[in-house]
Amino acid sequence: MFASFSDPFETLLTLQRALDSRIASDWMGRGTAAIGSFPPINIFQKADDFVAVVELPGIDKSDLEIEAKENTIRIRGKKASAYGEQASVHRRERISGVFDRTVSVPIRIEPDRIKAEYRDGILALFIPRAEADKPRSIKIS
Amino acid sequence: MSDAQELQVQQKREVDKKTEGTAPGRTFLPVTDIFETPEALTVVLEMPGVDRNSIEANVEDDVVTIEGRIDFSKYEGMQPVYTEYNVGHYARSFEISNKIDQSKISAQMKDGVVTIVLPKAEQAKPRKIQVS
Repeated sequence: MFASFSDPFETLLTLQRALDSRIASDWMGRGTAAIGSFPPINIFQKADDFVAVVELPGIDKSDLEIEAKENTIRIRGKKASAYGEQASVHRRERISGVFDRTVSVPIRIEPDRIKAEYRDGILALFIPRAEADKPRSIKIS
Repeated sequence: MSDAQELQVQQKREVDKKTEGTAPGRTFLPVTDIFETPEALTVVLEMPGVDRNSIEANVEDDVVTIEGRIDFSKYEGMQPVYTEYNVGHYARSFEISNKIDQSKISAQMKDGVVTIVLPKAEQAKPRKIQVS
């Protein structure tokens, strides 16, 4: 948990530790495509809802397609890096090609209300949890 | 790379530091392409999560250093439930030769990708030689 950001020097490390501790957690169950599929996804809980944060640097927004149905989200697209005929390449580490990844989350969500935002090479999907799935406090009478 | 081939996630590599930082936390090496044209050398670095105001590029003693800082305050109040990658600042440096016109180095940032153009100095540009 890193809800507190009182110490600016501790926070990044705290966040990195929190991310490490959840690497490949069993939250997704067995229904999800194996890790190693592109693009890499982190999923967070924020209050009642969920946020998927996907690293996708250098993508043209028009090359990105996102579909959602029931509890399944599909991210498809093309990652291109071309440098022209005249260029002689000294070092090539960036990957390019097509990708198609489907993720099923183990919660009931509202696929019609998912919001997507692409900024600075990060795709964020704001996934509202279905009302019926939200925990309810029970009053003792 | 053929289009039919599925993309695989690249493991992030950590910066191998000669000196230790004072702030705890890991810094990653941005994935980088370098290509050369007759006019310039271009370095393209992937720094997802870094906005254009958080990039610093310096040239000193023929070494160009590029640093990008992520804004991790965006993660406030978010509890990870499933993760596949870690986040951190980025840093990488390259040695450049004196064939580069260091005063004309320029950088731009788009969608988490930094492009640094290092123009060649006039005398370093190739010349076509006419055979008479």
